Amino acid sequence: MPLHVEIQLLAVVVAAACALPGVFLVLRRVALISDAISHSVLLGIVLAFFWVRDLTHPALILGATATGILTVALVEALHRSGRVKEDAAIALVFPALFSLAVLLIARYAGQIHLDVHSVLLGEIALSPFRRWEVGGVDLGPRSLWMMGGILILNAGALLLLWKELKVSTFDPALAASLGFSPVVLHYAFMTLVSVTAVGAFDAVGSILVVALMIAPPATAWLLTDRLSVMVGLSVALAVAAAVTGFWAAWLLDVSIAGSMAAMTGVGFVLAFILAPDRGVLASLRRRARQRVEFSGMLLAVHLLHHEGTADESVETRVDHLQKHLRWSPDFARRVIDRAERVGWVRREGRERLRLTPLGRETAKVGMIR
Amino acid sequence: MDGGFLPALFTDHTLRVVGLGAGAVGALAGSLGCFALLRRQSLLGDAVSHAALPGIALAFLLTGSRATPVLVLGAALTGWLGTLFVMAVVRHSRIPEDSALGILLSVFFGVGLVLLTFLQRGPTAAQAGLDTFLFGQAATLLVQDVILVLSLGGVALLLLALSWKEVKLLAFDREFGRVQGIPMGRVDLLLTSLLVVAIVLGLQTVGVVLMSALVVAPAAAARQWTDSLGRMVILAGALGAGAGVGGAWMSTLGDGIPTGPAIVLLASGVVAVSILAAPRRGVLWDRIRRRRVRARLAAGGGTPGMPSEAPGERERLGGGD
Repeated sequence: MPLHVEIQLLAVVVAAACALPGVFLVLRRVALISDAISHSVLLGIVLAFFWVRDLTHPALILGATATGILTVALVEALHRSGRVKEDAAIALVFPALFSLAVLLIARYAGQIHLDVHSVLLGEIALSPFRRWEVGGVDLGPRSLWMMGGILILNAGALLLLWKELKVSTFDPALAASLGFSPVVLHYAFMTLVSVTAVGAFDAVGSILVVALMIAPPATAWLLTDRLSVMVGLSVALAVAAAVTGFWAAWLLDVSIAGSMAAMTGVGFVLAFILAPDRGVLASLRRRARQRVEFSGMLLAVHLLHHEGTADESVETRVDHLQKHLRWSPDFARRVIDRAERVGWVRREGRERLRLTPLGRETAKVGMIR
Repeated sequence: MDGGFLPALFTDHTLRVVGLGAGAVGALAGSLGCFALLRRQSLLGDAVSHAALPGIALAFLLTGSRATPVLVLGAALTGWLGTLFVMAVVRHSRIPEDSALGILLSVFFGVGLVLLTFLQRGPTAAQAGLDTFLFGQAATLLVQDVILVLSLGGVALLLLALSWKEVKLLAFDREFGRVQGIPMGRVDLLLTSLLVVAIVLGLQTVGVVLMSALVVAPAAAARQWTDSLGRMVILAGALGAGAGVGGAWMSTLGDGIPTGPAIVLLASGVVAVSILAAPRRGVLWDRIRRRRVRARLAAGGGTPGMPSEAPGERERLGGGD
């Protein structure tokens, strides 16, 4: 396979594998635990390396996963001690573990070929050069196999624990009363997150792990109310960000991981502004429409109020509305157009407005309301 | 080693500059961090420091200058924009704050990486120093950098002192402040901006990745020792300064030891000791107290004067006590 196809394939697999647990991280409001785990796994890698002295040894992955779970446990222990809040606990634990790892690497830099920068920032472009060979046969990049396995693990776990995760995410009390152990489920889920972070960390660096776990699910949450749709959308958005990010980086010759992370952000900002129901534009438009609707009611009440009075001829003039109700000419025209369209008022001549029977009824109801 | 350190701090010019700079950064981040801690914004520091990276790269890209004030200005700008982004997302969508912070830190950092690698393609090697912002290298501090930290930090602390009553209200009873006619939104903006300033001033010393710890750790440690906000801020400033000086000194001991991790480990150690052993709040004292009560109960005595509430319920700060 050509290099760029292998890189993209790896990126797609990593993106899907991260987005799956990310959905529940976002929904359970523990998104930043992914930031903590993806940093502190470095300590596990370093310590396991001291043990086995081999950077390709599977013990490194076990060690890293263990530190990921340790991070979660430490955060919880600190939080439960009541001395600090949960956010502070996260902010205390992972920098300490990460610092320890960086110092250990700095101290033994001559012996370890672990580059802190590449661990943090990722070198996905180099991943395909680390091949997996069995009996002299090249089976492809090692990280592709690993991330493929993690993707299958995540998808399998999600299918298996779907109901439990869903209930415990949206209704923890119900989950507890149904007999799911929240602790077991929580740690099982966090183990998945750790394994994913470790595998992806090796392939793409910790920052992209955080971006792929949080941004696509958050984007999907702006677009749908259904959990199953949200999972599918998250995976699709993560994959799209990975592929477009790759091509942007390829064309501009810049950091691939950084470009992919930036693309997840582009997706989120687009959804934040343009999402059909929940986007900023949609809610602005909704508010503007409601204003016109309400003002139509106001117009009907105003006309009813002056019906049959001495100043009716003045008060029902279109240009008088601007003075009386302080509407701009443009806004007044929109309100009148809409009121005409729904049959509340009709024009008499060019400058007069008159209530229809329907408009009169509406105004009476509106006044009571 | 300690014997040789203190004299060196006064005689060795480099060490003096570095120690002073790191200490000032620690004091500033520590004292302002108290408010982040109390207002449950501990992770805002993490997000802001990551969000500063594209600002540093952009400032360099636009001006071609690597002077600290220019880079700090860029960092402050994107860091500040980042906090506005988080506020907007939380306010106008259903996305919770932690996810918004996570998006901010990873996406802005990603953009920063893109810009840094874009710069590295350039013909000049002038961008080389920008890398130190990832983990911090106090050894790159110059006298004018320290002056910048001291002067801007001094202004920030002065503003904090001047608006003391308002920020105290913001931390503990925002509604009451609003009812009193204080524009709490503006106070919030001021305090957040001061925090952004503290963070970006620390980036050169501690680095983007670990700056959040310098904001949270001294404050979390100081919180264990006192229930008064004033004392907490002063103590956190002192602890932060201590960690800064100590970490800067540690990084001079060995080749390639980054300052950021050294400072963070020192500060984390202080937090661990404080949580375990601080009088009254310490976990160890709790254990001892509990054992004593149990013994007394076993002996059939009463428990006069026993604090009955769980430690979690004593989180509230301020008031009497």
